[in-house]
Amino acid sequence: MRSKKYMNPYLAGFLLGLILLATIYITGRGLGASGAMKSVVIESVNTVAPQHAGNTQFYKEYAAEHPNGPLRSWLVFEVLGVIIGAFLSGVMSDRIGWKLEKGPKATNAMRIVGAITGGALFGLGSQLGRGCTSGSALSGMAVMSFGGIITMMSIFGMAYMLAFFFRRLWLK
Amino acid sequence: MAPLVPEIIGNEFNFVIALLIGVAFGYTLEQAGFSSTKKLVGLFYGYDFTVLRVFFTAGVTAMIGVLLLAHFGLLDIRLIYVNPTFLWSALVGGAIMGAGFIIGGFCPGTSVCAASIGKLDGWAFIFGSLIGILAFAEFYPILEPIYLGKAMGPVRIDVFFGLSPVAWAFILTAIAILAFYGTTWVEYRVRKKQLKFSPLTMRRTYLVSVVPFVFILLAVVIPSRNDRIQKQVADKKEQGKCVFKEISADKLADELVNNYYKVNLIDVRTKEEFESGHLPLAINIPLSEFLDRKYEDYFKQKHKTNIFYSNDSATHKEACLTAQFVGKSNNLILKETADDFERIIFHAQKPEPLAGKEAYEEYLFRSGAARKLTELQTAFENLNKPVIKEVIKATGGCS
Repeated sequence: MRSKKYMNPYLAGFLLGLILLATIYITGRGLGASGAMKSVVIESVNTVAPQHAGNTQFYKEYAAEHPNGPLRSWLVFEVLGVIIGAFLSGVMSDRIGWKLEKGPKATNAMRIVGAITGGALFGLGSQLGRGCTSGSALSGMAVMSFGGIITMMSIFGMAYMLAFFFRRLWLK
Repeated sequence: MAPLVPEIIGNEFNFVIALLIGVAFGYTLEQAGFSSTKKLVGLFYGYDFTVLRVFFTAGVTAMIGVLLLAHFGLLDIRLIYVNPTFLWSALVGGAIMGAGFIIGGFCPGTSVCAASIGKLDGWAFIFGSLIGILAFAEFYPILEPIYLGKAMGPVRIDVFFGLSPVAWAFILTAIAILAFYGTTWVEYRVRKKQLKFSPLTMRRTYLVSVVPFVFILLAVVIPSRNDRIQKQVADKKEQGKCVFKEISADKLADELVNNYYKVNLIDVRTKEEFESGHLPLAINIPLSEFLDRKYEDYFKQKHKTNIFYSNDSATHKEACLTAQFVGKSNNLILKETADDFERIIFHAQKPEPLAGKEAYEEYLFRSGAARKLTELQTAFENLNKPVIKEVIKATGGCS
């Protein structure tokens, strides 16, 4: 069975905007994603290497700022919701299934290595930039944050600059 | 007034909200096609600008929404989280994320969507992100100078450029709409399709393009609550037909002694003046802060009478007038000034022996009231401050 078509991008954007607006109205904060991943990393380090976490500056500071532990955070619950929501959407539009998506010229190994490398860069960058495309750029735009908009321009600017060099990953 | 957390919605229930918002967020991202990496990187090669359309439409929608909610006094803009600006980390972090985007084909939120529907590259990206975050944590001491460099606080871009929020909203919306037209043109060129739409489609497109500007204009055309109240006060003053219910110093002293629980005695002078001495049991709401939402309850309640005073009648008359337009409480003004009250009640002069019975009774009342007021003041020392709800600013970002 063929999967259904994607939603009109402007309609999707409008809905997304309303969701973000509702989030700001209800909670006073924006959406996010990378923060939940950070919680997972810190919880893992606390469990696997508690001694290391106990005497490393970053984990100590985090623990001091988050007395309830890394997993009792707004973003962790939000991202759990994202998983559910995306899965529901996939089910409704017949897009569920194990799949590796890549450019026509890219090999599977290239794609996986690329995804891990890109993920690592994005993960690192999101911590440095205090949020990713959702938390910093999108939510920042909604509240007219100067830093959020700078981060957004920096993300897209750099991606455009490097696009040529990585075209083998994506283009014919 | 919003934000609803934590005043109206508790912090525990907030997690339920987070989950529900997440479901809506994930559903919409997936429906928009953000679980497909080829769609995501499309904008960097010009063949698919879905990301730009969704992203900009969402940002502009939310921005205009925040603008309007704030303008109409439904959302307290000072309490919402504005991402703080640390210039170096925003630039360098953004650049690293940009590289991650083009190499990995996702951003964190979209990789979660992709992984949820079984995309293996989504899982690989998440795995990579966790490593990247771990690397940041481990190398934090080295990265700290960039992370904390050039701190500018939670600057808003409109403030940075010296614009009004409305002007910035206008600019960003215009940029977004120009980008929509421009990228559609590019997309058709790259896909080697002919750029041709029916007149009906074009008319509809133009019509929809105007809608966001109309919403922004609402914030320009319709006055906000504060503007409206200030204008009403100014109009009333101009007409010069203000009628004030007054209360004399003696009556006020009597009220305070016998029915202190039925009145809010409100000192409308500045905080400094108030602190250097005020009437017993008075609270302080400076005239300049009358429209602050945290005081609204005083002007809207119907259980107590508000009595305003200051040291010149113009000030407390204006305060009383403003209060009348904020709410429907019973408002009075003190006939005398604060200093007069002090003199009349607390420094009552013993009358001449032949002044008569009335003068003597007045003196007895005043000196008695002064004694009781001093007692009350001491007893209520800690209650005479306005009960201001602690204002809690939202936290956010990815921390």
